[in-house]
Amino acid sequence: MAFDYDKYIRPGKLPHIWCPGCGHGIAMKGLIRAMDTCGLEKDNTAIVSGIGCASRLPGYIDMCTLHTAHGRAAAFATGVKMARPEMTVLVMGGDGDGTAIGGNHFIHACRRNIDLTYIIFNNNIYGMTGGQFSPTTPTGAKASTTPYGNPDPVFDISKLAIGAGATFVARTTAFHATQIDKLIAEGIKHKGMAVIEVLDDCPTTYGRRNKFRSVVDMMKRLKENAVPVAAAAKMTAEQLEGKFLTGVLYKEEKPEYCKQYAQVIAKAQGA
Amino acid sequence: MAKKVALLQGNEACAQGAVYAGCKFFGGYPITPSTEVAEILSNELPKIGGKFIQMEDEIGAIASVIGASLAGSKALTATSGPGVSLKQELLGYACIAEVPCVIVNVMRGGPSTGMPTGPGQSDVMQARWGTHGDHAAIALAPATCQEIFTETVRAFNLAEKYRMPVQLLFDEIVGHMRERIEYPEPGDLEVIDRTAPSVSPEDYKPYDTSFGDVPPLAAFGSGYRFHVTGLNKAADGFPTTKANLVDDEERRQIRKVEANRADIEKNEEYLVDDAEVLVLAYGSTSRSARYAVNELREAGVKAGLFRPVTLWPFPEARVAELGKKVKAIVVPEMNLGQMILEVERVVKDSCALAGVNRVDGEPINPGQIIDKVKEVM
Repeated sequence: MAFDYDKYIRPGKLPHIWCPGCGHGIAMKGLIRAMDTCGLEKDNTAIVSGIGCASRLPGYIDMCTLHTAHGRAAAFATGVKMARPEMTVLVMGGDGDGTAIGGNHFIHACRRNIDLTYIIFNNNIYGMTGGQFSPTTPTGAKASTTPYGNPDPVFDISKLAIGAGATFVARTTAFHATQIDKLIAEGIKHKGMAVIEVLDDCPTTYGRRNKFRSVVDMMKRLKENAVPVAAAAKMTAEQLEGKFLTGVLYKEEKPEYCKQYAQVIAKAQGA
Repeated sequence: MAKKVALLQGNEACAQGAVYAGCKFFGGYPITPSTEVAEILSNELPKIGGKFIQMEDEIGAIASVIGASLAGSKALTATSGPGVSLKQELLGYACIAEVPCVIVNVMRGGPSTGMPTGPGQSDVMQARWGTHGDHAAIALAPATCQEIFTETVRAFNLAEKYRMPVQLLFDEIVGHMRERIEYPEPGDLEVIDRTAPSVSPEDYKPYDTSFGDVPPLAAFGSGYRFHVTGLNKAADGFPTTKANLVDDEERRQIRKVEANRADIEKNEEYLVDDAEVLVLAYGSTSRSARYAVNELREAGVKAGLFRPVTLWPFPEARVAELGKKVKAIVVPEMNLGQMILEVERVVKDSCALAGVNRVDGEPINPGQIIDKVKEVM
């Protein structure tokens, strides 16, 4: 039987705002399947986002949803989670929202290892504002603000998350649709900061400026450059040039922030 | 039974007042001269099962406060001028999304880093107009340590009652001075909690104005599911660009304060009845002003003190009325003339008007006020 997405979609809130060919819808379906796998209770789940195309996602989902300001999702989510540690708190947004204007909140949420599941929709561009370069726009690529090619080096979001202290970090792509829900579900189940980077595509503002003739070409890029972690172990550095790893990149059990704070409360109360 | 008394610093009184008011969450970032509020709450909140978090920056601090408030906790942050500048966008978020929270600003000079350990009152206009867009503002300016306690409780009450951010403006002098205070017993001061929805989760709309200009607010995780956004929105919380709905929302959010001025405004009047000259002062400057008024009375000058405790909304009706009765109003403030602009706006040319201003990190002394009064009389 086909999966019933409507169970989690707010009545009357579709169609979504995303352009034809955008990968965000694929990622949202993966997220919904992951919610179902984890048996999340609608009343007890908060979805927090920033500003941007990806950040409009929470409005479509029938849970406690918080569309915040640009870059601030992780910090709002930290407040929600601290106030109600029993809630499942998911965070989502794009590459610019999470790692440029929101970079500080992102790395510190990772450092605290607070039990948030942060899904970053990385389409390498600021789509909503019309295609300005983001911290993940490839060097040399064209964006509306890099007419001569992007001079900036790029962030590797997953490496950034690992370096900052996140205890579950995974990467997949909009092409690998069936892997999205598995990784998000694993992230939700993980007790601590989980970051799932979903590489997707923006045909409207990135593809058309960078010689992708179609959405299919953009999907092929995701398919052909993805290397599963296990396969990468057998490949040389030369073979891995220009590729990216997919799957669970890092996993570690460490004390979770709200649990640590519960100990602070116990100490303050004389335990 | 005798009240429990203590010698408390203003910032300490604020932290204790917050606990009295039922504050259960503090998100902050270190900044002089407000850090004692954070330090004390890091000690006190966990004792009552509350949460303290030192965030990565000022913006994160207010973001965590808004998040915690939406999850049902009364929430506070404390900062100073530069920190308030950083918080402005999210202060506006709390206005439009109608999230109760309290922001303490222990004012120093400025702009920028200015003089971090010196007092100032230069954030008065920032408190009113700092965030972009049209919005209402409530800001309270206590002048004693006892009043810091009670005004902190009132700040939470107003935030909860009107579903909006409330700013507490201290200056470094009242924040750091120590005075004897009497601890109110539980029940002595009113403590107000936000109105919870009376309808079922299925029928709940977070901006349903059929309950009045302040819609009931449910908490995340309490069985009510709803959407919150910084976009203009309809009653159900979802974004709208319909002109009439946007207009209704913007006007209602200002009306909920304007229509309730009688409840929100609070002034102290001292020797005002027969006054020929009025000193209008707030915060620590009002202490010098009171001294000056007493000295002037002894010298035979009919001086009076008008002290707004609620700075925003500005007590325009009462000040306009007094402006018609007195010959002159003198406004001392530790800035180069901010609140005097409001006084000028409401009294127009019904009396003479003069400011006493300092921005050198030194308090305004009574002698300066006396000199100015003699000059204008």
